Amino acid sequence: MATQTKPSTEGFWSFANPSKFMGFANRTIPALAITTLIALAAGMFMVLNAPEDYQQGSSVLIMFVHVPAAWLSMMIYTVMACSAVGTIVWRHPLADVSLRAAAPLGAVFTFLALVTGSLWGKPMWGTWWEWDARMTSVLILLIIYLGLIALSRAFEEPAEGAQPLAIMTLTGFIIVPVIKFSVNWWNTLHQPASVMRFDRPAMDAAFLYPLLVMAIGYSLLFFTLHFMSMRNEILGRRIRTMKIANAQEGR
Amino acid sequence: MGALLKRDILIAIRSGGGALTGVLFFLVVVILFPFAIGPDTGTLARLGPAILWIGALLASLLGLDRLFAQDREDGSLDLIVMQAHPMALTIFVKAAAHWLVTGLPLVLAAPLFGIMLNMEPIAIAATVTTLAIGTPAIAFIGTVGAAVSVKLPRGGLLISVLVLPLVIPVLIFGVAATIGALEEPAPFTAPFLLLCAVTLFTAVLGPLAAGYMLRHSAD
Repeated sequence: MATQTKPSTEGFWSFANPSKFMGFANRTIPALAITTLIALAAGMFMVLNAPEDYQQGSSVLIMFVHVPAAWLSMMIYTVMACSAVGTIVWRHPLADVSLRAAAPLGAVFTFLALVTGSLWGKPMWGTWWEWDARMTSVLILLIIYLGLIALSRAFEEPAEGAQPLAIMTLTGFIIVPVIKFSVNWWNTLHQPASVMRFDRPAMDAAFLYPLLVMAIGYSLLFFTLHFMSMRNEILGRRIRTMKIANAQEGR
Repeated sequence: MGALLKRDILIAIRSGGGALTGVLFFLVVVILFPFAIGPDTGTLARLGPAILWIGALLASLLGLDRLFAQDREDGSLDLIVMQAHPMALTIFVKAAAHWLVTGLPLVLAAPLFGIMLNMEPIAIAATVTTLAIGTPAIAFIGTVGAAVSVKLPRGGLLISVLVLPLVIPVLIFGVAATIGALEEPAPFTAPFLLLCAVTLFTAVLGPLAAGYMLRHSAD
């Protein structure tokens, strides 16, 4: 975008063209990757200099890898839902590419959030896993991600799967807040484990700033990987088209 | 629309007892629980509402993959897409027919299974009421899954994977309302009303999304 001189929407929309996007991605990915490394390194440095929590000791460090992953798991789904809108409303092939590329990344970050949460839960709560509303809803999010990945691979022709995938992604997005707000109802079913509350504490700046830098680093990491994955997807489709063309010529 | 409802119901009934198979599956799932957790009547009675809900949920998923695939194979889906009526309304009717054939028998069979699980009458009544209101929502959400995978040759398993996470709210509110009817501190009205809301919500959005999907995937 930086090199684009025309501020009109036309300039922005031109990136919906896969070839233009390829150029854009090739130019941005190195810069994004370097920024990601810097942000993550700075974040790690700040994290290691953060004071120990008076209750949790050094295991509070897990928070700095756990919380950003959990945030990202939600943000990536939002990116996918936006892409789904792009597929449905404008039918941009690139929106479909973006959705497909984001799904595995979202699944990985969700998985990371669950695993780090579990590792954090063992010393803090004395259990690897509890059927707490927050943990369960994130697990459901992971299942939705995996279902969408399965759906995206089920179609022989990628173009045929674009609309189904977008519809399913949006349907899943409608339900995610419902799952989130079901905390109270879930607790009536399960007698709540009161330790498990993960209320956002009034966090001290000594913890908050490293956390925010880590979150920025994670987000940049996602965007770098997302662009790379989109580039792979586009290249994969081109290879596919060429193969089909070759096969037809050979006939 | 009435004709479509009648047609779908007749096809389902005449083509080899889909309703009975669903109830049979429901029964088998319910029977599995005493084997798994032991025949202690107190435990079974306490878990009864949850067992019935899970059994009904799984049984409701059974016929979903045939909801549109059958119509697509014999070509009637193209006619349904091309007709003048709003697509969402047509799908609403198809989902209603599907529920009448597969969901309603489950609701009707639930009291019997409740007795087998040694549940109290009020627990049975609450479970049946919530099932009657909640299972249509599964059919409506299922229309989306069925429409999405209508072109897939092996869509059945995929539908279950896609639809099950989405019906979890139905399960939560359904079981919560049932528990609320039984135990004093837990509320009944709030989860019950939310269950009604989920059903109404899906009754509108499910057919709309499925209709969009089918219109754009017609060959």
